[in-house]
Amino acid sequence: MKIAVLVKEVPDTWGDRKIDPTTKRVVRTGEIVIDEINEKAVEVALLIKEAHPGSAVTVLTMGPASASDAIRKSLAMGADNGIHIIDDALAGSDAMQTSAAIAAALAPRGFDLVVAGNESTDGRSGAIPAMLAERLGFAQLTFMRTVQVTGDTVSGERLTDSGHLELSATLPCVVSVTEQIAEARFPNFKGIMAAKKKPVETLNASDLALPAADTGGANSWSVVDDVTARPARSGGTIIKDDGTAGTQLAEFLANAKLI
Amino acid sequence: MSQVLVLAEHVGGTLSSGSAELLAAAAQLGDPVAVIVTAPGSGAALASQLGALGAVTVFVAEVADADSILITPQVAALQAAVAASGDVCAVILGNSLDSREAGARLAVRIDGAYQGDAVGIGSGAGGITVTQQAFGGAFTVTASAARGIPVISLRAHSIEGAAPAAAAKVVTLNLGADASATTAVTARHEQTSASERPSLQTADIVVSGGRGLGSKEKFVLVEQLADALGAAVGASRAAVDAGYVEHNMQVGQTGVTVSPNLYIAVGISGAIQHRAGMQSAKTIVAINKDADSPIFDVADFGVVGDLFTVVPQLIDAVNARKR
Ligand SMILES: Cc1cc2nc3c(=O)[nH]c(=O)nc-3n(C[C@H](O)[C@H](O)[C@H](O)COP(=O)(O)OP(=O)(O)OC[C@H]3O[C@@H](n4cnc5c(N)ncnc54)[C@H](O)[C@@H]3O)c2cc1C
Ligand SMILES: Nc1ncnc2c1ncn2[C@@H]1O[C@H](COP(=O)(O)O)[C@@H](O)[C@H]1O
Repeated sequence: MKIAVLVKEVPDTWGDRKIDPTTKRVVRTGEIVIDEINEKAVEVALLIKEAHPGSAVTVLTMGPASASDAIRKSLAMGADNGIHIIDDALAGSDAMQTSAAIAAALAPRGFDLVVAGNESTDGRSGAIPAMLAERLGFAQLTFMRTVQVTGDTVSGERLTDSGHLELSATLPCVVSVTEQIAEARFPNFKGIMAAKKKPVETLNASDLALPAADTGGANSWSVVDDVTARPARSGGTIIKDDGTAGTQLAEFLANAKLI
Repeated sequence: MSQVLVLAEHVGGTLSSGSAELLAAAAQLGDPVAVIVTAPGSGAALASQLGALGAVTVFVAEVADADSILITPQVAALQAAVAASGDVCAVILGNSLDSREAGARLAVRIDGAYQGDAVGIGSGAGGITVTQQAFGGAFTVTASAARGIPVISLRAHSIEGAAPAAAAKVVTLNLGADASATTAVTARHEQTSASERPSLQTADIVVSGGRGLGSKEKFVLVEQLADALGAAVGASRAAVDAGYVEHNMQVGQTGVTVSPNLYIAVGISGAIQHRAGMQSAKTIVAINKDADSPIFDVADFGVVGDLFTVVPQLIDAVNARKR
């Protein structure tokens, strides 16, 4: 089985994440890391590979030069090779454009299974996996908290707002995983050394035959017109429990007409 | 006037509570038109309900296995409705996973602009604009479609008002064979909307518990407070990871984003990823024994104390006020 896993670099959620009001893009000067959900996606891809001898895992990212760290980390975990879509002309892509570029890289390479995170922690659109299923003509099993591949059948549980669904489809499929799916393994020293020698192919917009008139922020379908930072919350009343805090809290809620 | 299509969701013939809001949003931008995918024989009743909620036209696709195929029938119906309507200026869907993903696929199919998780919608000189939140509400973003029809998923409780009732014109959609690869829904394990507690996404009050509760058994205290207040129950990721509650109750960066009138955090430290999901609540209350917990930085009213004494007292005081 040929498995592709999609990883994205994002600003570390522990840091102070910002959007530049002038460029209207995410500020990338702070700590940039592989999105935690994508480490889990890599883990799932590796578990499926281990259960299906003869499989190979290709890790794919679209992003600037720094995104190669996300590829290296995935290779160190055990992925076999990488694809890095990198081109300044693609900067500022929206979901329509990102999915078009990723689909253009995946389609000719004959993958059976594409594994992604359910939502990225920066954009949180959760749209790319569904868009890829649409563009590639694959079945979609998205927002999965469990997933199994048996023969050419993929099945598992989709987490919903009020419970879960059991899904089943035939390969080829796009799978997106939620954070409950698995704990990601840590790369060991051997893995880190081996990763240095694993091949990473780079692709630009013309390799993917993406028309110049359709690429990059200047040609995006959705445009950001304005960005404003929310003012910080001002400090509230903090009391130490003297035995009556529960009653005082109820009074606060009643005065604020919240109960 | 241009038409605004809305995907109406329903469970077994009962419209989802968000349908009225979607039609109200559509009515602010153009003629509200509903699209519904349902089992054969159930379209007419749903169409008249949708008319009462403001739909001037209802596109009905009756599909035999509508409940057992994931999303693709809805995408096909929306695509057919866009083609049949002619003049469409926007498509609005709810923010459930199914609707969001149907919207994403539809955008690809009709070459539209996908705008997810909008918290506001409007129209100005430059066309239709949506308001979205980034980084858990730390930034507010307005966006518009430069190319194609905007396909917008709208977060619940974002729009005020209602659309005037209409006698809906019913148009039957014959979908024919859809070329999409399908995913079978082999079983559904979902709570019906008849559940006693309000849903996390739409509740006026949310009470969330964290690792401070200590066990699944003791987490019941959070549920008791929620029930006293008529609130929804949420949790931190640490509480979910510890198995106190299900993952779909997680509030935060990688869980649900809530912006209720009142958010009460019980035994939650307030890590940046948790705050990203609740800091836009109107009023925030925190109960935590550690005065240095970052949750107090965003609290309007904070109690430094043991939740196992404070919360029972609060429940009693709340119940006493009801009498
Ligand atoms: C990529 C990423 C995404 C994440 N997404 C989320 C997310 O969506 N949601 C989320 O919540 N977290 C998320 N986290 C995790 C987050 O960083 C924290 O680990 C988590 O929020 C901590 O949960 P907690 O506050 O319940 O636990 P803790 O941090 O352990 O806090 C427990 C609190 O309970 C208090 N306490 C203990 N006993 C009592 C008592 N008897 N009375 C009163 N107070 C008491 C303690 O003082 C402490 O402050 C994410 C992390 C990462 C890296
Ligand atoms: N630029 C990208 N490069 C690689 N994968 C991506 C990219 N953007 C999104 N994805 C994948 O799609 C998932 C969902 O992202 P999103 O739809 O942006 O919330 C991520 O977890 C990734 O697996």
